[in-house]
Amino acid sequence: MTKSELIEQLSKKQPHLALQDVELAVKCILEQMSQSLATNERIEVRGFGSFSLHHRKPRMGRNPKTGDAVSLTEKYVPHFKPGKELRDRVDETRHKYKITD
Amino acid sequence: MAVTKADFAERLFDELGLNKREAKEMVELFFEEIKLALETGEQVKISGFGKFELRDKSSRPGRNPKTGEEIPISARRVVTFRTGQKLKTRVEAYAGTE
Repeated sequence: MTKSELIEQLSKKQPHLALQDVELAVKCILEQMSQSLATNERIEVRGFGSFSLHHRKPRMGRNPKTGDAVSLTEKYVPHFKPGKELRDRVDETRHKYKITD
Repeated sequence: MAVTKADFAERLFDELGLNKREAKEMVELFFEEIKLALETGEQVKISGFGKFELRDKSSRPGRNPKTGEEIPISARRVVTFRTGQKLKTRVEAYAGTE
């Protein structure tokens, strides 16, 4: 499923809203999520999961092509922890559905 | 304080002029739709944000970290999140100052 397919599905379920409004709403939610993470604010959605930042220490890395050592600075990376409901629902149906894009 | 569904709904009300009920419903449906896709084996790719992927894990031996007792971990399907390039770049710019 892609973002535009998600917007289409949501539009079908909310026929009282114009497709463009659903599109704006989806973009608004995603922008707020990105913004929150970019300022290290946790996101918690019950039943879905939580997003937070994890710290990565500075380390020595290597250029995989040349083998040269490069020093990498510390950084933050987003982390998603699926909520219990999502974990259970995905696992319960695993025999019924193949993984697809 | 963590950002929650109520905060997303609040912004839809403030910025898009959805009424409170519509805003709340939109947020509920947004997360439910992603769950539905994943539940039916469909991975969800949201450009600019990231991809919710599915992985089938085979069973493996595990341990209770408290007691050290061995307990097998059953085969399962799990959700993982791969951050998109745009979000990665935005987050990396965060220098660790509150």
